[in-house]
Formats: sequence, C-alpha cells, structure tokens
Amino acid sequence: MEKGMRDSFGEALVALGAVNEKLVVLDADVSSSTRSGKFRDAYPERFFNVGVAEANMADIAAGMATCGYRPVISAFAIFIALKSTDQIRNVICYNNLPVIIAGGYAGLSDSFDGASHQSLTDVAIMRAFPNMTVLTLTDADDVQSVLEQALEHDGPVYMRMCRNPSPVIGKKEPLKIGKALCLKEGTDVTIGACGVTVSMALEAAEDLEKMGIKAEVLEMGSIKPMDREALVASVEKTGCFLSVEEHSVIGGMGSAAAEILVKNHPVPMDFVGVDDCFTESGPYLPLLEKYGIHKDIISRKAEELTARKSN
Amino acid sequence: MDSSDLQAGDALGNEKEIRMKEYTNRELQAKAQQFRIDVIETLHQKGTGHWGGSASVADLLTYLYFKRMDIRPEEPDWTERDRLILSKGHASPMLYAVLESKGYLPKGTLSSFRDMNSSIQGHPCMNKTPGVEMSTGALGHGLSVGLGMSLISQLHDNSFYTYVIVGEGCLNEGQSWEAIMSAGKFAPEKLVLMVDYNKVQLDGTVEEIMPLEPFADKFRAFNWNVPEKMYDGHDMDNIEESFKWLDSQKKGPSVIIYDTVKGKGVSFMENKNIWHGSPVGVEHLEKALPELKEQLSKWEDE
Repeated sequence: MEKGMRDSFGEALVALGAVNEKLVVLDADVSSSTRSGKFRDAYPERFFNVGVAEANMADIAAGMATCGYRPVISAFAIFIALKSTDQIRNVICYNNLPVIIAGGYAGLSDSFDGASHQSLTDVAIMRAFPNMTVLTLTDADDVQSVLEQALEHDGPVYMRMCRNPSPVIGKKEPLKIGKALCLKEGTDVTIGACGVTVSMALEAAEDLEKMGIKAEVLEMGSIKPMDREALVASVEKTGCFLSVEEHSVIGGMGSAAAEILVKNHPVPMDFVGVDDCFTESGPYLPLLEKYGIHKDIISRKAEELTARKSN
Repeated sequence: MDSSDLQAGDALGNEKEIRMKEYTNRELQAKAQQFRIDVIETLHQKGTGHWGGSASVADLLTYLYFKRMDIRPEEPDWTERDRLILSKGHASPMLYAVLESKGYLPKGTLSSFRDMNSSIQGHPCMNKTPGVEMSTGALGHGLSVGLGMSLISQLHDNSFYTYVIVGEGCLNEGQSWEAIMSAGKFAPEKLVLMVDYNKVQLDGTVEEIMPLEPFADKFRAFNWNVPEKMYDGHDMDNIEESFKWLDSQKKGPSVIIYDTVKGKGVSFMENKNIWHGSPVGVEHLEKALPELKEQLSKWEDE
C-alpha cells in the first residue's frame, strides 16, 4: 500500500484542529500542494496564508507561539529551510518556541521541478540549531502521531515529509521522538535508514539475507535527538554501520550517527545519500537511483562493509 | 485613567493604583533624560554598547512604559498585557534602564550589561530578561513577530496592543517589507509600528546607505494607517498627540513615524554615525554628562 505523507498531513491537521483550539496553521501559498488547505477549509479563522514569504511566516508563527498558541508552518522543505533559516535560528530556536516546522516535498520528491526545488541540506541545517528536534517521517502512518508528539513537545520540531505516495510499511508503532525502532534483527551489519529509504533498506536486507548476510535495520527518523543507546547496542552486535537517507551525505542522519559512533563505538561506516552535488529533473525513483539511493546500492555497500569489518 | 481615579486609589492605599501613578509629560521628559545618563555611564563603564540608537529611542520607550501600555510588571506573563518589541535590539541598554525602573529587573541590574552570566545580554533575550517580549538583535524580525502576536490578539477581540519599534536598519531588511505587506492584508487592529526615524545608520546617513523617502507614502501604498505628520519623538506632548491619532483609528495596522536624533542629548554625538556603537571613553563621558545633566535639571525645575 502506498500513501502520500502530505495527504495524511492535511487529514491529521483537521483531526487535531478539532481537539486543540490553540492549533493554528500558516502556509506560504502552497497549501493546495502541502494539503494544509484542508485545515483552512475546516478552520478558516485559524489559518493564515502569508504568501510566498517563508521568513515572515516563521516569525509570525513565533509571535503566535509566545501567546500560547501552537503554530504549524508549512511549505516546501527547501524554501522553509533556506529562506527562513535566520528566523528559525534567531527567533524560534533561540527562544525555544514551540513552532512545528513542516517541510514538505523534501529530498528529491519534487522530482520534476529540478534541483531548485529539491531539498538535500535541510536536515543538516536544522539539526545544527540548539533546541531543535528533527524528524524524518518514514511513511504516511507516522504523520498524525508525529504531529501529536510535536504539539506536546516543549520546543520547535522540524518534520520532514515526502511529496509522492510512498510505501506504508506497516510498522508496529509510529516514529517516536528520540527512539530508533528495530524493524529487522540481524548480526552482520546495521543499516540505519529514514524516510522513504526505510522500505528500500528492508528490501536490501532481504537481498542480503539471500547472500548469507544478516542485516539489522533500524528506523532512524528521529535524527535529533538520536537514540544513542539503540544505535550503539546494535552496532556493538553487528560491528559496522551503514546510513541511508534521501539527503546530502554532508550533515544528515549519517553524520549524526557518525558523531555518536566515533565517540562511543567506532566501527567501519559508510553512507548512502546524495554525494555533494546538485541534482536534476526527472521521475522520482529513477532520479533517486541515479543519485545513489536504491536498494541495490544499499546492499552493495552493506556487503562491502561486512568485508571491511573482517579485514 | 483620570486623576480622580488615582486619588481614590491612593486614598484606599491600593498598591496597583499607586504603581500606575500618572506622570506629567514634563516628569516623563526628566525620566527619559535620567535613563540617558544611566545608559551613557553604563556604556562608558563597560566599554561596549550602542549609544546613538539608545539615546534616540529613550523618550518613546519612557512614554510607552510609564504612560501608555497596559502592563503588570509584577505579573510579566499576564495574558492580556500590551506587548512591546524593540526590533532595533541594539538599543537594549535603554530598554533595560526602563525595565529596571518599572520593577521588572532588580535595582542595579543595568550595571551587569553585557557581563558573562548576566540576565541582560548585549541584545534583548526574552528567556533571560523578564519584561523582554521578544529576543531581537538580528534586524528585521520584530514586525513579523509582532504581527503574529497581534493576530492572536485579533482572535481574542483585540485584547491587547502590540507595539513594534524599528529603526532604519530594520527597514533595510527585506523581511520587514514582507511583514508590512502581510499586515496590510490581515489588518490587525492593534498592531502599531513605531519608527525611530533618526536618519543615521551604522555606516552613514540614511540618504547615503538606503534612502526611505517617500517614506510615509510607502506605508500608504501598503494599506496602513499613516498620520499626516511626523511627530517629534523627543517631545512627550508630541508623542502623546501621536497616540491620540492612533486611538482615532478604526482599523489596523497603524504606523507612526517619529522624527528623532541619533545620539540625542549630547551635542557632539548627535547625528554622527560613528556614535552608532563606538565605545564611550572617559573624555567623551566628561563632555557628555554636564550637557545631559543640565537638560535634566531644566526638566526637573518647575
């Protein structure tokens, strides 16, 4: 089964708006794309379309948050992370204001629009700011729960979502702040994945199994805070770690994992992600593969890691 | 509040009524001048901080905190309080002098300006300093944040005012114009932008750096309420008149442009961009203090 995270996002906003009268939603002229427009239809007095002005939107939300409201700002991940960086850093994070920053169309998922719209550095930016929580959602089933957790959280939360319908993998529980969920147990290599790459990692693990390699797959969508204990425990067992993400290999989830492992349990590591380059237009899945994100690339790198480990 | 209310309050020994003592405009002129003296002595002692923009905003802040705003210093988080955002955050020492005098900060706090472990940072920080509504410093944020606050006020029958003070530097930032445009759309009744228009920036005059004229017309074009005249931001009677204009507006948002002087009160520092942020040396202080005190005694006489 596939479902778009944005469709769940619109539905969840409407559901939560019914029970939380402090929930307000702001969008930057993309509410029909991000689906926040569903909230506008349900609660027009609590919805603010600020036009294509992400910086202004972030600070308006900050002002609302100081008054006890719980704003969600919604736009494309690339623009929210880059055009409102100063506002997110100097106003939202510095003051630890509970603004939920919903970055849609993340990674390569706005595939046909090209590199100008593809967001491959947003996690690196967001996780560098003190007070920020950074979550990359695995599938549409995560959306409502993540929003609920974010609304209870005392501080800003960045939630990163894919544009396209993507596999719903039927996890036993939704993504939790600060938790890595083990989706498949193994002993030879730990594959930490987030976002739409989680399903690819699971497929790769099946292929590896046929080659006699037992991969452990962790869902690591809680990039900040990262589940240090779960990561270290898994790597102590497997002896190597492969990160998989739809993001630049510079500064993303893999970097965050490396920061933990290098201090706690150094092991052979590798990264699956976009390798410090600008991308291009094209259909989503072929584009992911061209830029290094595919189950076969995951299994090849995992296999190489197990070989490095034994040398 | 009229004076008969005050007398009734005094007669009852009502603490709140006494706190809300109604100052004459002349008393407010003297207060603002004393804040200038406190600030320039602090800046000299610390060897750091911004004199020019602090001096130009002294009277506006004094009028707001001592006559205009509905606030409860003993209850800084009171939901319905009026909000003030000093978007030109480099004028922080003047804000701290006012907040200390209002009772938000313990007496003597100003002397820890910019010290390590101090509650008063180089630029305002809302989580460290009671009474600071929003952290500022990076220019251009204040109006957007204030718009957000005023939109919440609007959801609650316009239960409080949001005042945002900007200088020219804030208005150089593109974000300010996003905020001006969107405030024109959402039209919150109780959003008030106050421009401390001293016409001098860090690097030179506004004319040299980034001219704003035709200034008032820009706001008219964005559907703001704009007074026909510029008010004197150093004259309490004039400032009072500007709020009478404000109170006659039936919808929002409103902007008031105040004609001010950077470095106001010290003749050799006035209108000089070098005094945006230069340290105040002993030779400067020795020349400045007699001038500031002479004017203070003029306000205090009578």
